[in-house]
Amino acid sequence: MKKIHIILLVLVAGAIAVLISFLQTATTYDTVDTAISKPGKYVHLMARLDKSQPVEYDALKNPNYLEFTAVDTLGKSVRVIYHNPKPENFEISERLVLKGKYMGDHFDCQSIQTKCPSKYKDDMSAAGKNIQAASEQY
Amino acid sequence: MNYIGEHLLPGQIGHFLLILSLVASLVATFAYFKATVVRQGVDMAYWKKLGRAAFIIEVVSVASIIAILYYINANHLFEYKYAWQHSSRSLEPKYLLASIWEGQEGSFLLWSIGHCVLGLVLIRTSKQWEAPVMTVVSFTQFLLATMVIGIYIFGEKLGSNPFILLRESGVLDNAPALHINFDLNEPIREDYLASIKDGNDLNPLLQNYWMVIHPPVLFLGFASTLIPFAYMIAGLWTKKFGEVLRPALPWALFSLAALGVGIMMGAAWAYESLTFGGYSARDPVENASLVPWLILVAGIHTLLIYKHSGHSLRSTYLFLFLTFIFILYSTFLTRSGILGEASVHAFTDLGMNGQLYLLLYIFTWLPAFLVATTSNQRTITAATGIVMLAASYFLDIPAIAFLTILAGLGFVIFQMQKQIPGVAKEESGNSREFWMFIGSLVFFLSAIVIISKTSLPVINKVFGLEMAAPEDEEMAYNQIQIFVAIIIGLLTAVTQYLKYKNTTSKAFWKKIWIPTVVSAVLATLILVFGNVNYDKHGPGYLGAIWLAILCAIYAVVANAAYIWLGLKGSLKLSGGSISHVGFGLVLLGVLISSSKKEILSLNTSGIAIDFGSESNEKTGENLTLVKGMPMKMGKYDVTYIGDSAHPRKQQWYYSIHFKSRIDDEEFTLRPNAFVNYKGNEGLMANPDSRHYWDHDVFTYISALPNPEKNKDTASFKSNPVKIGDSIYYSKGYMILERLATRDSMPFKGFQPGDKATVAGIKVYSFNKTSYTSEPLLINQRGNLLALPDTVMSESLILRINKVDDDGTGADIGVKESSAILEYVTLKAYKFPFINILWLGIIITAVGILISMVRRIQLNRLKAER
Repeated sequence: MKKIHIILLVLVAGAIAVLISFLQTATTYDTVDTAISKPGKYVHLMARLDKSQPVEYDALKNPNYLEFTAVDTLGKSVRVIYHNPKPENFEISERLVLKGKYMGDHFDCQSIQTKCPSKYKDDMSAAGKNIQAASEQY
Repeated sequence: MNYIGEHLLPGQIGHFLLILSLVASLVATFAYFKATVVRQGVDMAYWKKLGRAAFIIEVVSVASIIAILYYINANHLFEYKYAWQHSSRSLEPKYLLASIWEGQEGSFLLWSIGHCVLGLVLIRTSKQWEAPVMTVVSFTQFLLATMVIGIYIFGEKLGSNPFILLRESGVLDNAPALHINFDLNEPIREDYLASIKDGNDLNPLLQNYWMVIHPPVLFLGFASTLIPFAYMIAGLWTKKFGEVLRPALPWALFSLAALGVGIMMGAAWAYESLTFGGYSARDPVENASLVPWLILVAGIHTLLIYKHSGHSLRSTYLFLFLTFIFILYSTFLTRSGILGEASVHAFTDLGMNGQLYLLLYIFTWLPAFLVATTSNQRTITAATGIVMLAASYFLDIPAIAFLTILAGLGFVIFQMQKQIPGVAKEESGNSREFWMFIGSLVFFLSAIVIISKTSLPVINKVFGLEMAAPEDEEMAYNQIQIFVAIIIGLLTAVTQYLKYKNTTSKAFWKKIWIPTVVSAVLATLILVFGNVNYDKHGPGYLGAIWLAILCAIYAVVANAAYIWLGLKGSLKLSGGSISHVGFGLVLLGVLISSSKKEILSLNTSGIAIDFGSESNEKTGENLTLVKGMPMKMGKYDVTYIGDSAHPRKQQWYYSIHFKSRIDDEEFTLRPNAFVNYKGNEGLMANPDSRHYWDHDVFTYISALPNPEKNKDTASFKSNPVKIGDSIYYSKGYMILERLATRDSMPFKGFQPGDKATVAGIKVYSFNKTSYTSEPLLINQRGNLLALPDTVMSESLILRINKVDDDGTGADIGVKESSAILEYVTLKAYKFPFINILWLGIIITAVGILISMVRRIQLNRLKAER
């Protein structure tokens, strides 16, 4: 066996080990119930903003405090606290990917990804509505 | 029906050209294919001539298509969906170009025009390789042309036509006002166009000058990876495995420079225009384009090994092949919408996933078919490929589709292993080629690790899993790549000092000790005085960062020294060393700027300290600035001075003044934000930064007051009090300390006999700060005029409603309103030494181009001999 083959084996084994350890750190997509069932564990909570509940954000009081209620597709809701300003399109987004942990009484969110209806197809219908609204003014 | 105001001619010409380019590229493919197969004689000359003509027609078509698209955008012909969707009347001319490549169709065209330009160069320069190489290029052009053709075959959509009309695109189907009699079942009104006043505009985040040049350069990089791939296929096809690599080398170097610069222009855009606070977020889209670059680096190094020692021919083929395959794979990742959950800036789904998959399929299975030697093998390959494709289409199981690609790759790699001659002799452990090969391998494996992690959404789909990214996604990449950086830094430094074939250790040490000592001293100085104390991930990781910094410095110093020690200062020969110096600087810049990045806007003091339920929370990274009130931020006092609006857009510029408390450094940054822009809600911020040679101060707006919510609806509450009494408000209390009457005031219109009463009110906020407020009440011959006083930071307005006759008390009006406050919330960073990174990239690219020129000259000399 050549030296190069030994090194090759070592490196490939290393790469495989790295990938396996990566898969072990991988997290999960969760609903409110499953997120609550594993408090303190980092999850991706798929939900949307509950617009019937108040959204608390006052940059004068604390620019790093956003509190709102998220509700998942099963209808379960949870109070969410996020230590940053509102992300863009927060209120019109149809889906939120909330990354964080459930902490006793609320979901402590580290990052929010907003999924807007502006993704192409829906965008078209939304834009269509804009056209409609604009043209109805005549 | 005739619609009023439509311009149909450009679209008709465009559509014709789309079809022409499709047909021309097919003809070119066939002609060049025949020329390759015929090999020589009059027939070959004939086919080659036909191929060239067809290819030139194709080039003219693609260029004209882009020109027409620009014409449509520039003239705001909103009857075309592309113009309506990607541009607007207020869009600046320079961004009209960017609006062409905002859409998938335009970016495919950009890719295609890259191939056109490179193809023309190939026709002029590639001589005996023209036919096979141009077969591959023309065929790729054919496939790209299908991406924009926009027709349906057996109910499957083939491509997306950029010249589709708005009224035919389905957008208007749900707008009753645009239909006859307001009835959706009726056709669209003749004068519908009059109602469509403006387009949807270019995404505000793309309205940045980098977006004008980054995509063309990046797609030129994408396009250029095809050329080494085409040479490699030509080598497999004609069985001249080694010979074909000589002309391929300058192309591979060009590709490396173009792709590298293209990627880093994207990083510069991210740094200047996006708000994730840096030049890279390890986003899948960024990773997907970095991976082919890493593999190409590996391929170029093994190619050099082959040229000098005859080793590594197979690895070179494998790497050049995979570079292009991963370009296609990244195309699939970013355009299919599969990254939807994972990426912030992937393209939107056009419903062309099948076609994108097919692109990948064709480029794995067609080479497999082409390189098969016997007709028996060919039959087996074709049969397996077709059966697997049919299985993945009809069974619709992602795992089979995935396996199909892997099997295709397997077939090609198997054939390469079998056909390409290898060298039985082992490389010596003290030869340059040995360590270069190790380096290439590390690059390749790190690319595979990165792409595997990035492919998590694909893996989920294939195996039906639901895995999500780890908690600290960046760290998941960095903790591995830091070791790659250490190994690569070290190898880059040392390997040049080894000779090909064999090196005596005496000669090696004689030269390398000087740069080794110099780097050790430099690194010690930087680590001692540089304060690199990134302890977020523990001392082990910090140690790794220190080691990586040492290795990066070693790479820079050793390679710079080698230009004199090894190459006697000849710039012509030192392309490799120069690019290694640049690469070392890139490593150094990345390591230092990311480990020393500082958040300036830490919320530590001032008005924003909270109380109540969230008081035990950690300090946040955003700070609110009330207009005119300086706040402490690092060594600066920062003041929000004011704002101004863009004349034609809903875009605001905020003037933020920074003044150092230590020295007389002073400057104003003007970050801007699009507010509630074109159907978006909230703000889309563009940062601004102040550049110094050794650091940048970088800030962007993260929140603004909501004007709707902050309408001044509050009213003055009356509080009749005596001196010494206190009044409560929501955030504290205040005491009326004194009332003074004055006979003269520096007030316009104040006349003798008039009286003014000043109330001294001390305001005590719950956050333990206190303020003094002095509202005035002026009595001008019986007319009472109240001059309220505001306590900005407490959102308080105080006024005297009435003074008791005996002067011992007054009615104090208290109004709490957030509308009086103009404020912005922002985030600010200090990025140290980011310029090392940019400088490193420029030096790397220059070095690569010097090597490229050198290789072209060598090839020419050889050809003349």
